[in-house]
Amino acid sequence: MDMKLRGKAWKFGDDMNTDLIIPGKYLELTDPEEMARHAMEGVDPGFSERVKPGDIVVGGRNFGCGSSREHAPLALKHVGVGAVVAESFARIFYRNAVNIGLPALECPDITDAVEEGDTIEIDLTGGVIRNTRTGSQLRFTPLPDFLVEVLNEGGLAAYLRKHMDEW
Amino acid sequence: MGMTISEKILARASGRMEVRAGEIVKAEVDLAMMPDLTAILAFKAMREMGREQVWDREKVVLVMDHVAPASTLNAAIVHRDIRRIVEEQGIEHFYDVNSGVCHQVLAEKGHVKPGMLVVGADSHTCTHGAFGAFATGVGSTDMGAALATGKLWFKVPETIRVVVEGALPRLVAPKDVILRVIGEIGADGATYNAVEFAGDAVEAMGIPGRMTLCNMAIEMGGKTGIVEPDEKTSAYLRKRTAAPFEAVRSDDDARYKAVLHIDVSDLEPQIACPDKVDNVKPVSEVAGTPIDQVFIGSCTNGRMEDLEVAATILKGRRVHPGVRLLVVPASREVYLEALDAGLLRVFAEAGALVCNPSCGACFGGHIGILAPGEACLSTSNRNFKGRQGSPEAEVYLASPATAAASAVAGAITDPRELR
Repeated sequence: MDMKLRGKAWKFGDDMNTDLIIPGKYLELTDPEEMARHAMEGVDPGFSERVKPGDIVVGGRNFGCGSSREHAPLALKHVGVGAVVAESFARIFYRNAVNIGLPALECPDITDAVEEGDTIEIDLTGGVIRNTRTGSQLRFTPLPDFLVEVLNEGGLAAYLRKHMDEW
Repeated sequence: MGMTISEKILARASGRMEVRAGEIVKAEVDLAMMPDLTAILAFKAMREMGREQVWDREKVVLVMDHVAPASTLNAAIVHRDIRRIVEEQGIEHFYDVNSGVCHQVLAEKGHVKPGMLVVGADSHTCTHGAFGAFATGVGSTDMGAALATGKLWFKVPETIRVVVEGALPRLVAPKDVILRVIGEIGADGATYNAVEFAGDAVEAMGIPGRMTLCNMAIEMGGKTGIVEPDEKTSAYLRKRTAAPFEAVRSDDDARYKAVLHIDVSDLEPQIACPDKVDNVKPVSEVAGTPIDQVFIGSCTNGRMEDLEVAATILKGRRVHPGVRLLVVPASREVYLEALDAGLLRVFAEAGALVCNPSCGACFGGHIGILAPGEACLSTSNRNFKGRQGSPEAEVYLASPATAAASAVAGAITDPRELR
């Protein structure tokens, strides 16, 4: 995947749980494109129509808490979100996001450094997030090498297809 | 330096003598469980990884519980496709829509034994720590990797030890204990940690109460809840499995991230108020809040002990005219036991709706959907905005006793004060 990202920031608060990201009634969907139509519906019903490809979701603490539903990162990825940057992540969401090739970046100061609508640039390999409006630069917690490889391949399924023998 | 029970299980599963918190290990899973709504994506991921067959059909369990029976066309298609996969893969441990909530079924059928490494494509898989297993929820792609290879990577978690002391007062339950603990630790206070429950109050609890504690470890970010196995664990399992197991316990000099002591001798019933699970208050602070629906059930509180206490309160009483009470036994076994004990009659006579075993109203996808402006008191595990239907509805979490008393009163009520 492209290791340099650029997009408009959509800000959300603390404890954005998976029911807010995609409500339970959509768990019976199996097509990610259909899930995408309901991305963030629990907190912002018009989100999927307004978000543009490459836009960045910015969250507070404990982003993605709750359910193990992979529908949550899938809906975000397939609606076009380029990455999720949050102060911290719930464990299962974090794994799921990386596993499907959606960068989940932990950056404790992100909420204060970004306003809704700011354009931000992310250098995944360099570990830097830049707000183009303010010029401020933040570092995100580096991903373990293994997860960088997974992201590079576009997710765990593609990674394993290639590296099954080493697993 | 000794190891915690969680470290020991992950060490054994990764073929090591010793592992330490923070390390990343690749471990062999002993059991991979899927409910209906995440299974299709897991098998799809397995195929994308280049594998057509699960690594070990004996170690895979499927349970159709979230939308049981199917209430929409999409759910019916999901169920049909799962039945086809089960057939193709030759998976024996398949429980169809007449079985109950996956976590209860898994326990009752003796699938989980002490010392096992269990993964489930459902976040409440942490429930199985009640048997001294390391049990954690994963997403569908991780599950796909487990299905394809039998292996998964894990970061060895630090452990928070929660020592629960004292005798629980009358009508105060394990649910009140765990809500109190979550209120203290916070919704992300145990992120990436194992939460080990110990102390005389936990030793005094039966397996159902321990399942309630471990079930909600995820609500503070925990990777698993876990209780050291004892005679009660063995007694429960002896009735359900002939397979041998070895009890694993934490060493006396194991390292903990934190140790939290809670004395429950004077604990009041607790309520998790909307719309975060750590927004916990003693019932006295919210008593009188009107409610429209009460849900007694789920993997947290749909077991026989839960129905018994609810029936004690409902016997000879009527559900308040403004309230819908849904009672959903967690499994067919629980349903039959409650039927034999006359509890279902008590519920029906009180005016409750007794529904078939399933996840019920817990997650807003099947029955008991809430309209805008409505409030539900639920014995389940999440009160997130929109969890049980409209984002403008509210969900409060409580014990079965508090739920039953509140259903009678029509408002949140301390079960000890019900007239």
